[in-house]
Amino acid sequence: MRFIRKTRYAQDIALFRHNGQRFWYALLGVLVVAAPLALDDFYLGEMAQVYIYAIAGIGLMILVGYTGLVSLGHAAFLAIGAYAQAWLLTRGWPFPLALGGAALLTAATGAAVALPVMRMTGIYLAVATLAFAVIVEQVIVHWASVTGGFSGMLVPGADFAGMDLASPRAFYWLCLGVLAAALLLAANLLRSPSGRALVAVRDSEVSAASMGIHLIRTKTLAFGLSAGFTGLGGALFAHKIGYLAPDAFTLQLSIMLLLMVVVGGLGSLHGVVFGAVFIGLLPQGLALLRDTVPPAVAQIPGLEPGVFGAILVLVLIYEPQGMYGRWCKIRAYFSEFPLYRRATYKRQKRYLRTERLQ
Amino acid sequence: MDVLQLLISGISQGCVYGLIALGFVLIYKATEMVNFAQGEMMMLGAFVAITFINVLGWPFLPGVLAALAVMAVVGMVLERLLLRPMIGEPHFAVLMLTIGLGFILRAVAGAIWGGSPRALDSPYAGKVWQFGELVVGAESVFIVAGTALLCLGLYLFFRFSRLGIAMQAASQNQLAAYYVGIPVKRIYALVWALSAVIATCAGVLTAPVSLVDPLMGLIGIKAFAAAIVGGFGSLPGAIIGGLVVGLAEQFAGLYLPPGFADMSAYVILLVMLVVRPQGLFASMQHKKV
Repeated sequence: MRFIRKTRYAQDIALFRHNGQRFWYALLGVLVVAAPLALDDFYLGEMAQVYIYAIAGIGLMILVGYTGLVSLGHAAFLAIGAYAQAWLLTRGWPFPLALGGAALLTAATGAAVALPVMRMTGIYLAVATLAFAVIVEQVIVHWASVTGGFSGMLVPGADFAGMDLASPRAFYWLCLGVLAAALLLAANLLRSPSGRALVAVRDSEVSAASMGIHLIRTKTLAFGLSAGFTGLGGALFAHKIGYLAPDAFTLQLSIMLLLMVVVGGLGSLHGVVFGAVFIGLLPQGLALLRDTVPPAVAQIPGLEPGVFGAILVLVLIYEPQGMYGRWCKIRAYFSEFPLYRRATYKRQKRYLRTERLQ
Repeated sequence: MDVLQLLISGISQGCVYGLIALGFVLIYKATEMVNFAQGEMMMLGAFVAITFINVLGWPFLPGVLAALAVMAVVGMVLERLLLRPMIGEPHFAVLMLTIGLGFILRAVAGAIWGGSPRALDSPYAGKVWQFGELVVGAESVFIVAGTALLCLGLYLFFRFSRLGIAMQAASQNQLAAYYVGIPVKRIYALVWALSAVIATCAGVLTAPVSLVDPLMGLIGIKAFAAAIVGGFGSLPGAIIGGLVVGLAEQFAGLYLPPGFADMSAYVILLVMLVVRPQGLFASMQHKKV
């Protein structure tokens, strides 16, 4: 653990805390930008998928990790972003405008949904978002003139800055660029007064309100932003899958997005990226594992969601901080090497803050 | 006549929702945890009953009782292994945990019983009674009668038995219950056992009508809507909420364009949450400042 002697207030909110961080992020940036030169198309496609998950995950992290509101229906926002993108492109909008339009439309939907449900908290909110997602799924199925209904909708090809997005390389760079921009935007948001307000609402609504934070406005903002980021991810997702059908955006996808932020580590943007890498690699890992186990085991129906569920349960019980939390502990172990004390990260016994009035 | 027929099928479907909702509410009242895997418990209970009755060839009633006993133990074991370590963690973490548990149970059921749907052999399968033009399936009658009996049993249990009163005490105020000598942790385990038993009853009652497969538990989400409509935390409310959702579904299927039947439970849920978030039968007040 490195302690920085702060001499200016600006250091408290600086994006990078010290030069070591700048060096490592720069190295990572060079590596991912140069990756298409070394990898073949399959891996580029997989990595682009990971970036898309990460963009959608930023949205969910703002809501769940920073504002403390749970959504079980984020697949709906992904769907709205994806369909909006495809629809705007078929109307002849140029790609960058369609991308922005899809994100804004989803953000507006999110804010509109937020207004009636903002009086609820906790479990009620989670269930309301779940109901919203089911209703959106039905609307997609039955509003055939826009969405193509059950038979689905082809996403038109597009090009951006002279690159055809059908090429895996161009698409990879596009996703990387959007992810970098989204991460920067989210990081800047979270060190601004609005972002601090989100965290304050998460930690205690009562004390946030007494500090002068407008609860409804802050939560609506969080919901809108969250939906906007997820819609942006959805717009790119549309290009990734190429053909939109309602069964691509199910409850299971919502749960998977939630799994991503929980496994990655709630309350940090690093967690989103860790979680996206995890979610992106898991199907491949399971496919490999499937070849090594006896076929009787590999053919169990629902095996893949079952493994997802098991991972979720184990993470929640043994490492609630997620992969990023574990990574911080490992880093602290090595940086303090012979002096590491286990008790530093010992979980304190906590008592539930009851929501009831007895 | 159509309306009466719909009324009957709506009520019998609503009773199933109500029974699952009852399991949600029991656990929520006692432990302030939300068990999203309640529908999966019903699925598992139905499969266990099928194993005893169809596969091992036991008579109906002993088979059902054996299934209830097995599921009670399953409920207690799940509580001990997964939920006990989560005491004191935020609600959201418990919610996620039970969602994960639902996925696991679905995979386990798929591994043991396979993915193809099966029907439970029951002595009353396929029988119908005719009243004039009205045709009533014996299954529907048994669902309604079974639900009514179970509700009566639960009422007597919570009103008169020592354990039932202890459970009420623990759900009203954990700390005070602990001070008067109620072993709150053991009560939690027993509440889980009880809600697993209720879920199994729902599974056994519905199994002869709708086929049993690992995805059957997904109706748990509609039952959740029923629990909220009834006011999360009220036992009679859960049954009433179930009836509201079941009836609305049947009538939406007849009078509204296609698609609304599937959606109606969720539309009712959203409207309820916006208009009267405490549900029809509010029994708990939430903190206000």
